Amino acid sequence: MNGLQLGFVYALIALGYTMVYGIVRLINFAHGDIFMVGAFLAFYSIEKLHLPLPAVFALAAGGAAFLAVVIERVAYRPLRNAPKIAALITAIGVSLFLEYFTALHQVFGPNYYAFPRPFQVVSREVGGITVTNIQWIILLATLASLGALQYVVYRTKVGRGMRAVSHDHVTAGLMGVNVDAVIAFTFGLGAALAGVGGVLYGIAYPQINTFMGVMPGLKAFTAAVLGGIGSIPGAVLGALIMGLTETMTTAYLSSIYRDGIAFVLLIAVLLWKPTGILGKARTEKV
Amino acid sequence: MTTLKNIAKAVLPFAILSGLVQFLSGRDILNPYWVQIFQLACVVAISALGLNLIYGFTGLFSLGHAAFYGVGAYTAALLTKQYMGAYGEQAFFATGAVFLCSLLAGGVAAALLACLVGLPTLRLTSDYLGIATLGFGVIMKVVFDNADSLVPQLGGARGMTGIQRLTSIPWAVAALVAAILVIRNLVHSSYGRALIAIREDEIASAAMGIDTFRYKVIGFTTGCAFAGVAGGLYAHLYTFLHPSTFDFLKSFDVLMIVVIGGLGNLTGTLVASFVWVFLLEGMRVALPPEYIEFRWVLIPLLLIVTMLIRPRGLFGIREFPLLRGKVYR
Repeated sequence: MNGLQLGFVYALIALGYTMVYGIVRLINFAHGDIFMVGAFLAFYSIEKLHLPLPAVFALAAGGAAFLAVVIERVAYRPLRNAPKIAALITAIGVSLFLEYFTALHQVFGPNYYAFPRPFQVVSREVGGITVTNIQWIILLATLASLGALQYVVYRTKVGRGMRAVSHDHVTAGLMGVNVDAVIAFTFGLGAALAGVGGVLYGIAYPQINTFMGVMPGLKAFTAAVLGGIGSIPGAVLGALIMGLTETMTTAYLSSIYRDGIAFVLLIAVLLWKPTGILGKARTEKV
Repeated sequence: MTTLKNIAKAVLPFAILSGLVQFLSGRDILNPYWVQIFQLACVVAISALGLNLIYGFTGLFSLGHAAFYGVGAYTAALLTKQYMGAYGEQAFFATGAVFLCSLLAGGVAAALLACLVGLPTLRLTSDYLGIATLGFGVIMKVVFDNADSLVPQLGGARGMTGIQRLTSIPWAVAALVAAILVIRNLVHSSYGRALIAIREDEIASAAMGIDTFRYKVIGFTTGCAFAGVAGGLYAHLYTFLHPSTFDFLKSFDVLMIVVIGGLGNLTGTLVASFVWVFLLEGMRVALPPEYIEFRWVLIPLLLIVTMLIRPRGLFGIREFPLLRGKVYR
């Protein structure tokens, strides 16, 4: 159950990576830090503003989405037609900037903060497994986000635009899709999910600091690659595998191997299926 | 005769440079801190040249460079620690020979590991190769953290201490010159043309009869050997090794240097390495103490602005005359 809990949080972050990659072929290294900003927004809205939980989620998701859209506009859009690596380096730059800027004393500060528990932890037994109410909330929030995402991507006009742009953005533009708006929307949507993930992570592992996004971000990205980047079910599947492997390793082997084992798994899967578990193999055209 | 002349032409500027730094530090004009930073810049430049060969010339997206740097550092440090005492402290030539052999061994160790990693992973394409090598970097960090359970001298998560300080200006500069010469001549040889062909179009170069996989392994292994040698120099410059120095995030630093300088551009890599190291360490001194944490806020901003203004790197395809080939371009 702990593995699933971690896996669902990874899933929320992994979705942002996979959507952005699917649409602009960019590894958005700043995504893990947007997740961190989501957690901090939640921290302040509980600690200072005493908001109710749904409002906390809304604020974190909205703030993260706004930040991501601003970043996309300022840092990525001017590089859309530049070599891919330039955008990647910019993404690393944005990531470093977010980490160290928020670690300044004038912003969030470099310390660890205890994330306030908005409710009492209650565990109940369901069919022989102990489940805490935190895990219920994570499960429900993740499933709700997934449902909403599925609806947006497959049932709305902007979702159709997203699928079109990810297929071929030049043609999509010719067909009357507002490519820039769709890409900005994708960044925002992914970031909103990461913001929700940040809140859930804060509730489940109640200690936050401004560098907390690095490892979960990397693992979530790995999960997205594991499942087949660009594929939404793949991201969720990869994230669950990742969370379970990690928890199992800690439980049965030793926590020192925790960070390594996930990547051993990743390399093994990539060698077996070079585009991930659910990724489509593309034949190269000459 | 022309070869000798060419070598003299390449070595001369560096000899002058190292002589100047040596002279200034001898007269106490340049303080030891800056001299150390100059050496660090040489070391970083060697490592970055290696990555430029891998990514800039061969087009292999590698995010695990720091791991190979670390392997070289630990190997070289272990060897000098083991064998240095045997020849007595004062024997200059023996010390030099042991150090040289350790550095080369560090390079060979990194190259062997690169070969081992490269044989399976180099079949992956672009971003997937990047994430696989990144994963390898994270795995190696775990290995370094727990290295003391295999070899106690490596120190594991507590760090490796007791390494002699052997890297000096002549060593650092000589290694850098050697690295530049090797890479320049390699890039402008038939091997180098094959590597560039693979970067430009893998399918077309395969159709022209280039064994692409073999050349990719060669490019990757050679580049990682550079990282190994640089790691050895680093170990004997700071005399202390800690796994966090070889974290996967450090691979990004080298990647940024290479991209800022311009992919497949030796001049750019050299200049970017020096600028990067001096900016990073210089701000430590230049900024008032209470603003010291602004260092890592300013650098990413500079990085983003540089990329927005010059997405193809500072130098594009322009090279210093000495680094230009005769036929190519």
